Amino acid sequence: MNILVCISKTPDTTSKISFKSDDTEYNSDGVTFIMNPYDEWYALVRALEITEQMGGSVTVINVGPASNDIIIRKALAIGATDAVRVDIDAQDAFVVANNIAAHAKSKNYDMIFLGKETIDYNGSEVGAMVAELLDWPYASYVSQLDVNGNISTITRELEGSEEVSQIEGSFVLSAAKGLAEQRIPNMKGIMMAKSKPLVVVPASDTVARVAVVKYAIPPAKSGVKLIDQDNMDELVRALHEDAKVI
Amino acid sequence: MSVLAYIESPGGHIKKIGFEVATYASKLAVSLNTTSVAIVIGKAENAGSLGQYGITKVIHINPNDDVSFDSQLYTKIVSDLYKEHGANTLVMAHSANGKSFAGRLAIRLNAGCVSGVNALPSVENGFLVSKSVYSGKATATYNISTPDRVITVMGNSIQPEKIGNDVTPDLVNIDLGSPKVKVTEIKVEAGGVPLPEAELVVSAGRGMKGPENWGIVEDLANALGAATACSRPVADADWRPHHEHVGQTGVAIRPNLYIAIGISGAIQHLAGVNNSKVIVVINKDPEAPFFKAADYGVVGDLFDVVPRLTEAIKKFKNQ
Ligand SMILES: Cc1cc2nc3c(=O)[nH]c(=O)nc-3n(C[C@H](O)[C@H](O)[C@H](O)COP(=O)(O)OP(=O)(O)OC[C@H]3O[C@@H](n4cnc5c(N)ncnc54)[C@H](O)[C@@H]3O)c2cc1C
Ligand SMILES: Nc1ncnc2c1ncn2[C@@H]1O[C@H](COP(=O)(O)O)[C@@H](O)[C@H]1O
Repeated sequence: MNILVCISKTPDTTSKISFKSDDTEYNSDGVTFIMNPYDEWYALVRALEITEQMGGSVTVINVGPASNDIIIRKALAIGATDAVRVDIDAQDAFVVANNIAAHAKSKNYDMIFLGKETIDYNGSEVGAMVAELLDWPYASYVSQLDVNGNISTITRELEGSEEVSQIEGSFVLSAAKGLAEQRIPNMKGIMMAKSKPLVVVPASDTVARVAVVKYAIPPAKSGVKLIDQDNMDELVRALHEDAKVI
Repeated sequence: MSVLAYIESPGGHIKKIGFEVATYASKLAVSLNTTSVAIVIGKAENAGSLGQYGITKVIHINPNDDVSFDSQLYTKIVSDLYKEHGANTLVMAHSANGKSFAGRLAIRLNAGCVSGVNALPSVENGFLVSKSVYSGKATATYNISTPDRVITVMGNSIQPEKIGNDVTPDLVNIDLGSPKVKVTEIKVEAGGVPLPEAELVVSAGRGMKGPENWGIVEDLANALGAATACSRPVADADWRPHHEHVGQTGVAIRPNLYIAIGISGAIQHLAGVNNSKVIVVINKDPEAPFFKAADYGVVGDLFDVVPRLTEAIKKFKNQ
């Protein structure tokens, strides 16, 4: 079983957000970046578990500039076999997906795992796009995966329900909470990661189809109105008459 | 030319998010000077009511079948109809299934895609749509430069608006073939409104001390007709089911009212809830960070305050 795991880099949620160039560009000065949690905690770890059980390898891929190597090394330290970085600062999901699909077509992966979304833009677009470019089935929001020979049984998390299904053969999967337990890289992993192969490949010449033209920071709340704990009638009145939400 | 809306009908019934998408599509059609066409796949007893929200034509595919979701099958159905109707924009819900084939459709239709938009686009100069980014700390406006577009609409972004009458759907039966994803079981979670669609949400955190104390939260939710939610440690400890977990790593919601009980307001929690219209925080610690993100705050012991609030709500409802 050879699995490709797509990993992305996102600002840590606690980072302060600001913009530059007349609010058209994200200001990354002083921001701590992390591997997207869905990619690291769930997609990567479940891929490792499967290959530990069935044999095979886990390749991680990132579409991004050299400054992303830090998260790639972390994925290698957690246990990935090798890594590919497509060298382009991709501007939209289409460019990312096209480059991932181009790489996948040149190799022989049995499955491709992604996170359900990145935590900065919450796009949830790349997985479906890769699946379409490869003409593979897509199992999204997967919280449970059991592989039995050529048949995989998956559980998907939907609004207010869970859906169990079966897929034969290769597919693209997007990982949700529950799929695996986070693994912390140990010293040995970190040392070994340094010598694992990281291949940098040039990007295909795909043109982005969407672009951010402006960012804005929403106005801060005007301040909390404190209500005396003995006067819940006043809270109900305010919610009804002032806020008009009940 | 037209605007095409894909409307989902989970369990054979179009829900509020479906009418929001219909409203979005019909308003967009007006600003683009065209008409809106809706596609419904599988059982949906209320498909005709989409007309009330301004949809001109409803195409109902296999109205008597339970058509389980397979992204490849759904992509084929929707993209074929998109081409047949000469559409240039496809609108769908930012739901688990919607997101699972919006990207596929964008590839199939050579379209630019923006997911999770929170308002109608501006079409005077390009096609500009906005969405909330960076855990709700900012809004980004996108331009879609391709002639074809796929957008998914975040729940509670637009108010469903009745402006017309029921229409008679065109019923179409097609051969569904054999989908590659074979659904064997759907487990519906107990409880009323699914969290992402709820307008009122009562949420509680570690301040509750233990799962045995949740009765007062449920009483408040019942009095309001609200859905219940929780913070991550509460779900991790199995005090509450996982689907109630809101925040960065759980569900992101934007209800009209979010009542946070015994939740400190960590940034990762706020990431999933700070797009709520009105936030009420009940916490015994006046320094709890959540108060900074709140509209109304009550400093006090939740075990006293929550039952009192429930009583006040009941009194108000009985008036
Ligand atoms: C990468 C990452 C992702 C995360 N994702 C999420 C996420 O998606 N969602 C999420 O919720 N968290 C998430 N967290 C965890 C988050 O950082 C907080 O730890 C968590 O939200 C705290 O939960 P809490 O507010 O219930 O508990 P606590 O922080 O322990 O707060 C309990 C609150 O209850 C109050 N309280 C106690 N007793 C009473 C009483 N009797 N009456 C009134 N008030 C009382 C206390 O004053 C306190 O403010 C994430 C963390 C990380 C690192
Ligand atoms: N630049 C990237 N390189 C590799 N994988 C990515 C990249 N961006 C997104 N992904 C993958 O696609 C998933 C969904 O991302 P998105 O569609 O942007 O929300 C992520 O969780 C990653 O697994």
